[in-house]
Amino acid sequence: MPWETVIGLEVHVQLNTQSKIFSGASTRYGAGPNTQACAVDIALPGVLPVMNREATRKAVKFGLAVEAYINQKSIFSRKNYFYPDLPKGYQISQFEIPIVAGGHMMIDTADGEKRIGITRAHLEEDAGKSLHEDFHGMTGIDLNRAGTPLLEIVSEPDMRSPAEAIAYLRKLHTLVRYLDISDGNMQEGSFRCDANVSVRPRGQVELGTRSELKNINSFRFIEKAIKFEVERQIDLIEDGGTVVQETRLYDPDKNETRPMRTKEDAHDYRYFPDPDLPPMDLDGQFIESARCEIPELPEIKKRRFMAQLQLNREDAEQLTAEKATADYFESVLSQTQGEAKSVANWINSELASYLNEENKDIDASPVSAAMLAQLIDRIHDETISGKIAKDVFRSMWAGEGGADEIIENKGLRQITDSSALEKVIDEVLTRSQAQIEQYRGGQGKVFGYFVGQVMKATQGKANPQQVNEILKEKLDRISRGTAK
Amino acid sequence: MYAETLKQLASDLRGKRCSSVELTTCYLDRMERCGTLNAFITIDADFSLDQARAADRLLENGDSRPLTGIPIAHKDIFCTQGMLTTCGSKILHNFTPPYDATLIGRCKEQGMVSLGKTNMDEFAMGSSNETSYFGPVKNPWDKNKVPGGSSGGSAATVAARLAAAATGTDTGGSVRQPAALCGITGLKPTYGRVSRYGMIAFASSLDQGGVLTQSAEDAALLLNVIAGFDPKDSTSVDEPVPDYTGDLSKDLTGLRIGLPKQYFDEGLASSVEQSTREALSVLEKLGARLIDIDLPNSELCVPCYYVIAPSEASSNLSRFDGVRYGYRSELYDDLVDMYMRTRSEGFGDEVKRRIMIGTYALSAGYYDAYYLKAQKLRRLITQDFELAFEQCDVIMGPTTPTPAFELGAKISDPISMYLNDIYTISANLSGLPGVSIPAGFVDGLPTGLQIIGPYFSESCLLNVGHRFQMETDWHKRIPGGFE
Repeated sequence: MPWETVIGLEVHVQLNTQSKIFSGASTRYGAGPNTQACAVDIALPGVLPVMNREATRKAVKFGLAVEAYINQKSIFSRKNYFYPDLPKGYQISQFEIPIVAGGHMMIDTADGEKRIGITRAHLEEDAGKSLHEDFHGMTGIDLNRAGTPLLEIVSEPDMRSPAEAIAYLRKLHTLVRYLDISDGNMQEGSFRCDANVSVRPRGQVELGTRSELKNINSFRFIEKAIKFEVERQIDLIEDGGTVVQETRLYDPDKNETRPMRTKEDAHDYRYFPDPDLPPMDLDGQFIESARCEIPELPEIKKRRFMAQLQLNREDAEQLTAEKATADYFESVLSQTQGEAKSVANWINSELASYLNEENKDIDASPVSAAMLAQLIDRIHDETISGKIAKDVFRSMWAGEGGADEIIENKGLRQITDSSALEKVIDEVLTRSQAQIEQYRGGQGKVFGYFVGQVMKATQGKANPQQVNEILKEKLDRISRGTAK
Repeated sequence: MYAETLKQLASDLRGKRCSSVELTTCYLDRMERCGTLNAFITIDADFSLDQARAADRLLENGDSRPLTGIPIAHKDIFCTQGMLTTCGSKILHNFTPPYDATLIGRCKEQGMVSLGKTNMDEFAMGSSNETSYFGPVKNPWDKNKVPGGSSGGSAATVAARLAAAATGTDTGGSVRQPAALCGITGLKPTYGRVSRYGMIAFASSLDQGGVLTQSAEDAALLLNVIAGFDPKDSTSVDEPVPDYTGDLSKDLTGLRIGLPKQYFDEGLASSVEQSTREALSVLEKLGARLIDIDLPNSELCVPCYYVIAPSEASSNLSRFDGVRYGYRSELYDDLVDMYMRTRSEGFGDEVKRRIMIGTYALSAGYYDAYYLKAQKLRRLITQDFELAFEQCDVIMGPTTPTPAFELGAKISDPISMYLNDIYTISANLSGLPGVSIPAGFVDGLPTGLQIIGPYFSESCLLNVGHRFQMETDWHKRIPGGFE
């Protein structure tokens, strides 16, 4: 039987505010345990929450960016359950009326563009961490993370394959970074994903029973976890079993999912409106000011790069995946005579591989946009060849100065003087009688050998186009001469 | 000296007729001699005297403010930095907060002296002070009687003149009811007028800090100190704070007093009704008019309250889990066992009863029938008042249906205990301010006259109370054995 996979995703995005969602404590990652947990975060008796306006602003920006409806009046509710890293015994979240409702995002699939619905996005606080190791059978509690603002973004069950799920997640990840509402750091838990997965016979309208895969923290694991889960469910049904609604945990070491809890032992969270926080009232002005902070979004930027600059889809996609990369690209472009395509190539291949090698962000690149622009200009005005330019780039990366400086110091200027080139070429031809014979015998590919020899003799500085022209002329003359 | 009002003491301090240290010593001595009332949970004489010395320096330097140097007792529900704060519970018997409640901070800024922390019903859940882990408080007028609750320790303290004034909190009548039963003045301001930050939450949408004093004038002086917006409390209201002493002496001619017929029905002891009517006639003589009004949903107040308050409490008290502070059971098998034992052993019966009621009312499948329904009733009850205030300026009636009852009489009968708050709960559900002032005596026990006004009408309520107290001396009476 052909099966169809149905996937919906819940993504918890940590908002990159300075302070926590309901207290003034810092949200900085990596501090010593419990050093960033104030009286409110550890839920001392008598403390009260106060909403962080910056978190609200970031949630609104997200809502506007996915063309969602912003609820001007949204309500905070308490989700009640006991756990040692949940200090109040309840999590403040949004239940009935979330701040963001009903948006969408477009993803690229093998069959073209696809619209993925966003059901809602709501504000809530993160819990602390329970540390089960290093405490001799006891559990350590670190409340630094408690109260960190989260935006939980819930998608419609619109994805039909792990690849679509990944495409959606990458889009979302790019978007939150563009909006500067999250650092999106998956290792540090700033971008966490739960996947609701079910299968149904192709053509069936009603959804199959789903399982929820919890807290998977890399794109690769998400893909593997969903793949495993889909196969598990199909095998189960084909063997005559039924899928039960449950929460499952993905184990990356064993590449399998395991049941965590079933629907029967699901909590009754006893949601009710938090009496400590009045409903949040957003005026139109606040929403408009958030709208003004939204930069050109990746999708629009990508289309612009393709339409205005004639870049292909892959280049445009790669350049716009990170805002910093796109900014770098546009900065180089504005400072060079070179073509957009050439700038794109330099960033997407040479620069990208250097950054990758040293695990650096583009913001930390030792080769600034201005430096790269100068280098591309030198290719454009034929001061150096593309090949030499790669050597110059390596020197710039190593901190040896700007392109002009390096070209000058190392004498890398291209040889464009015809008489000088002719002299070198004559020398090469004189000592290459065997190859000339081959050439005369009709083996055209030996031409490359002569070019190589000339380049070698000039340390690559000969203008390749001129070398080609002069060589061709001389060889043809020799050939004709013999024929006579 | 101990029998003087805040107003008189402030004048004495300013006129150098006494020092804050002398005053503080005087009250500390009385507190020690009157320990049998069990009005205090924590007393730290050294701490109090340090504060008094600091206050004397301020008075000396002329840096003083109106209540600098005045000793005051605080209900043990307010967090006090470096001083035990138990909320009357075993589960917090060892809890010392690292911070001051906003109300406490404001008193400190004023240079007031803290005499200690007063006894109270556990987590403010009770109307008799008998649910305290630290034992019941006794009524100074009759030590076999309850002082009322939950601010029973504060009420008994002021009645017995162990302090010039005390703070309290009122969730369903917890300031006004004990004030009535102890023969003093108790004010619950409008919800949002006094910051709840650092006040250990019972029912967040109902809780409000208040004052227990000898007179309406003293209540005005103390409200001047504690009222005002607090950015740390999202439910506090950013309204300007008037000088509450400004209108105290205003003429009452033409004041329209609404008398809800529901406050004078069969549940009211006839002796209390009589004392209330006599008090009203005093106000009539001052030019006020009595108008019969209707609060048709009054009978729904108690059931509505006993859904909303326990629901909020069940969630508010979840933080007492033995993980981070307070009591933790000594022996347990695992995490769930630790929670169960800690909370079973740490909370008293009444608290557990309300946690269970609240948990039930919020559960899936019951939420609509209980919590949501109660919220709708709350809206109706509030509307009753809004309509009533189109006909009258203030609403009056007895604060409680009976005078103080015997210790032990109602502790095993929760419903009859809950009915003691039948006239006070509505002001919490609607968020309105209310004050109870001494209205007379029945069989040697004080009664209270309750005055409820529109939102932020504290000045008006205190004006009425003050004019009444200029004509009467009930508020000046001191229980036998405490003169």
